[in-house]
Amino acid sequence: MSSEATHAAHHEGEEHGSMTKKKIWGVFWILLGITTIEFIIALYLVPHGIIPLKAANPVYIVLTLFKAFYIIAYFMHLKFEKVGLIYAVVVPVLFIIGLILVLTNESHHWIDLRA
Amino acid sequence: MSTAVSPIDEVKTTPWSGGRSPFSVEYGKIMMWFFLLSDAFTFSSLLIAYGALRFSSSTWPAPDMVFQSVPFLIEHGAPLVFVGLMTFILIMSSVTMVLGVEAGHRGAKKEVAVWLVWTVIGGFMFLGCQALEWTHLHHDGFWWGSIPKDEVLKEFFVLKNGQLPAGAHTYAQQFANLFFTITGFHGFHVFTGVIINIIILVNVLMGTYERRGSYLMVEKVGLYWHFVDLVWVFVFTFFYLV
Repeated sequence: MSSEATHAAHHEGEEHGSMTKKKIWGVFWILLGITTIEFIIALYLVPHGIIPLKAANPVYIVLTLFKAFYIIAYFMHLKFEKVGLIYAVVVPVLFIIGLILVLTNESHHWIDLRA
Repeated sequence: MSTAVSPIDEVKTTPWSGGRSPFSVEYGKIMMWFFLLSDAFTFSSLLIAYGALRFSSSTWPAPDMVFQSVPFLIEHGAPLVFVGLMTFILIMSSVTMVLGVEAGHRGAKKEVAVWLVWTVIGGFMFLGCQALEWTHLHHDGFWWGSIPKDEVLKEFFVLKNGQLPAGAHTYAQQFANLFFTITGFHGFHVFTGVIINIIILVNVLMGTYERRGSYLMVEKVGLYWHFVDLVWVFVFTFFYLV
């Protein structure tokens, strides 16, 4: 238990100092801003034909990944952890990307089967 | 006999030999990260399966036609407004959680408790909204294994000469099954998160972490709560926007 306490004290001094109240609210405004952009695209730009639906989808996905980055890096504090922990968490995501590639490829084939 | 300790019996203190955590993170926090990673795999599998089925379908219920009501206020013509509110509530509760963690680093017991109360309230509000959303879709006729009557179903599809497009019934059924399974699984996570937050709140109030000298447990539970928010960000994009 004492090692946990010293750990916490050690962290507080060096790394946790980087996540101040001001920064927390900064991240909140970024997340809210990105969500607002998504709504503007979905409710105004696409219905009025300014952006075609096919072009909007990749934009949504990129914006979502931005939001995911801010939540993981700042709220979950991963950005300030040791690089070993960052890799331990981020690298296995390659498996998810792998499954996405396999199944999107497969689903293009299913269209013919289901037609 | 010599008193020197043989190399194999020496206490190891270097980072990678068990002396201390190589990640300089406490054990429970590493385990929380790995649990969340495995949970991320589960959610990804569900969402990727949804994506693959939707990709391979020639038509699909249009999100802005399915989700266009605000309970008690607007029945039609307000696409995505209600889900926008839900998203805002969840992001907000993530912020109150991280503010609680920040207060914990300063050892400010009262502040931690206040922020945790707000986080719990946010969690309950989200669950309430989701219950309304489910009720609304169920009222329309969607459920696991059932879809609305054709007259109602026509409101949710882009029609071809006033008729439902080919395969609409199959695709509507897939949409219903996937929607209730995935948002249900996420809602279950929110529910457990709220319960865990309440337990932690009770511990904070009883002074458990004050005696321990560290509010690290708040941080670990916070990781879980942020993960729930993270999953919602993806569910929101793939069910409501795309």
